[in-house]
Amino acid sequence: MLSVSKLNIYYGESHVVHDAGFELGEAESLALVGRNGMGKSTLLKALIGMIPARRGTILFDGADLKDLPSFRRVAAGLAFVPQGRMIFPQLTVEENILTGLETGRYRSIPSFIYEFFPVLRDMKNRRGGNLSGGQQQMLAIARALASRPKLLILDEPTEGIQPSIIKDIARSLNELKKELNLAILVSEQVLSFALEVADRLMVIDRGRIVREAHKDSLNIDEVRSYLTV
Amino acid sequence: MSFDIAVTQLFNGVSLFTILLLMALGLAIVFGLMGVINMAHGELMALGAYTTYLTAKFFEEHMPSLMNVYLFFAIALAFGVTFVFGYVLERGFIRWFYNRPLDTLLATWGLSLVLQQTYRSVFGAQEVSVPLATWLSGAWTVSEGIQLPLNRIFIIGLTALVAAGVYLILHKTRLGLRARAVTQNRAMSSAVGIDTNRVDALTFALGSGLAGIAGSVFTMIGSTNPGTGQLYIVDSFIVVVFGGVASLIGTVFSGFAIAQAQTTLEYLMSGSMAKVSILLLVIVVLYFRPNGLFAPKMRS
Repeated sequence: MLSVSKLNIYYGESHVVHDAGFELGEAESLALVGRNGMGKSTLLKALIGMIPARRGTILFDGADLKDLPSFRRVAAGLAFVPQGRMIFPQLTVEENILTGLETGRYRSIPSFIYEFFPVLRDMKNRRGGNLSGGQQQMLAIARALASRPKLLILDEPTEGIQPSIIKDIARSLNELKKELNLAILVSEQVLSFALEVADRLMVIDRGRIVREAHKDSLNIDEVRSYLTV
Repeated sequence: MSFDIAVTQLFNGVSLFTILLLMALGLAIVFGLMGVINMAHGELMALGAYTTYLTAKFFEEHMPSLMNVYLFFAIALAFGVTFVFGYVLERGFIRWFYNRPLDTLLATWGLSLVLQQTYRSVFGAQEVSVPLATWLSGAWTVSEGIQLPLNRIFIIGLTALVAAGVYLILHKTRLGLRARAVTQNRAMSSAVGIDTNRVDALTFALGSGLAGIAGSVFTMIGSTNPGTGQLYIVDSFIVVVFGGVASLIGTVFSGFAIAQAQTTLEYLMSGSMAKVSILLLVIVVLYFRPNGLFAPKMRS
C-alpha cells in the first residue's frame, strides 16, 4: 500500500534523512524508533507533506505523493496525528473533529469515535485549547480518523502524556486497528509502547534506517542500545 | 430637554458604532483572522462606493422609476465586484506575501496608491455623490426634541444584518469552519484535508466583499473621492486592534466603546479634542492589554 524508497529530506542545506525506504501493507503496523534529533519527525512530516522531500518516491496505492500538497495526500487516504497534537485551540472539540470530515468519506462524525473516546463527547462544546494533554491527544486521533484513512501516521503520541493515559491510547489504537482495518505508522521513543502497538519495528539513527524487522525476530537489546544515550 | 439630548446622543453613538463596525468587519476577517495587513482595504471600500455611484448613474438614465430601490442593487453589486476583485487579488498578489508582514504592508500600500490613481484617472479628482432615495431622506420625529435621521436608522439595521450574516457564515457553515481552522494553523489544516489555498482566497474575498458593502453604504452619508478609502482605513484598524485581533466579538465591543466615547466627548469638547482623547485612551489600553480587549486566553 505504502512504498517509500530512497527518500532524502533536507532542512535548508542540512541533509536530515538519507535514502529512507520501507514498505507498509494494508492493516499492517510499523513503529519508527530512534533518539531525539535522528529524523523521526522529519520523515513523518515529509510523508504527510508538511515539509518537502527533495528526492525519492512516496508511492501510495501506486500513485506518487511526493510533490502533492498535504490535503491531496489526506484525500488519497493518509491521516496525520502530529507531535504536540496541534489541535485547533479556538475551535470546540466537536468542530475539531468536523474539520476531519473534509475528505467526504464520512458524511457526519461516525459513532465509533465517541464510543472509543467518550470523554470527547462529554466535552464536545469545550474549546480544544482547554483540554488536558491526554484529551488533546485523543482529539487529534479522532480528528484524523474522521477522514476515514487507510493509513494513520502518529508522531510521538506518548510525548508529555501521563502513563495511565498512554496505556489507554495503546489499547484504543489496537482496537481501532482491528475494527477499521487500519494501517499504522508510529514514531516512538518509548519502546514498550512501540512494541505494544506495532507488528514491526524500524530503527532510525542519524537520518538512516538501520534496522527493520518483525518484533518477534528483533534483538530488543540491540534496539535499546540505539535508544539510550 | 436633557432627556432629549441624552437620547439623541445615544442614537448618535449607536449610529457611529454601526458605521465603525461596518467599516471594521471586513478588516476583522482579513487582518484579524487571516493576519494580512491590507493597506489597500480602504481602497476596496472606495471601489464599493464607486460601484454604487455607477449603479446610481445607470438607474438614473435607464430605469428612473426604480431610483428608490437602486441602493439594494448597488449594495449587492458592490459586494459582488469587491468579492471578485478580492479573490483575484489574493490569488495573484497577496498570497505571495504570506508570513512576510512587512512586505505585505509595503506591497499593499503600493497597491492602494495604484488604486487611488486609477480612481483619479477614471472618475476624476473631484468628489462624486449619489442621490439619496426619497424614503431615506428626512428624519423620524420621535418627539419635538428628538429627530432621528432615516438614513442612519437604515445603516443601523443593515449593519445588524451584515454582522449577523458574518457570524452565521463563520460559525454555521463549512466554509466558516475551514476558514477558522486555516487561520489558526495553516499547515495542520492542510494535513487534515482542507484545501487551504481555496479557503485563503475565499476568506480574503469575503473580507473584501464586506469592505465593498461598507463603501456602498457610506455613499449615503458622504461623497466619494479617490482618497476616500484613506479616511476609513485608520479607524478600521483602530477598532480591530483595540478589540483584539482574531476576535469578532472584540471588534463589536471595541466599535461600540469607541463610538459611544467619541460622541459623548464630542458633545463635551471639540471634535478634534474628542478624537485625540479617544486615541490616547486606545494607546493606554493597548499599553496594559497589548493583545486588545478580547485576547483569547487558553493553552495552545
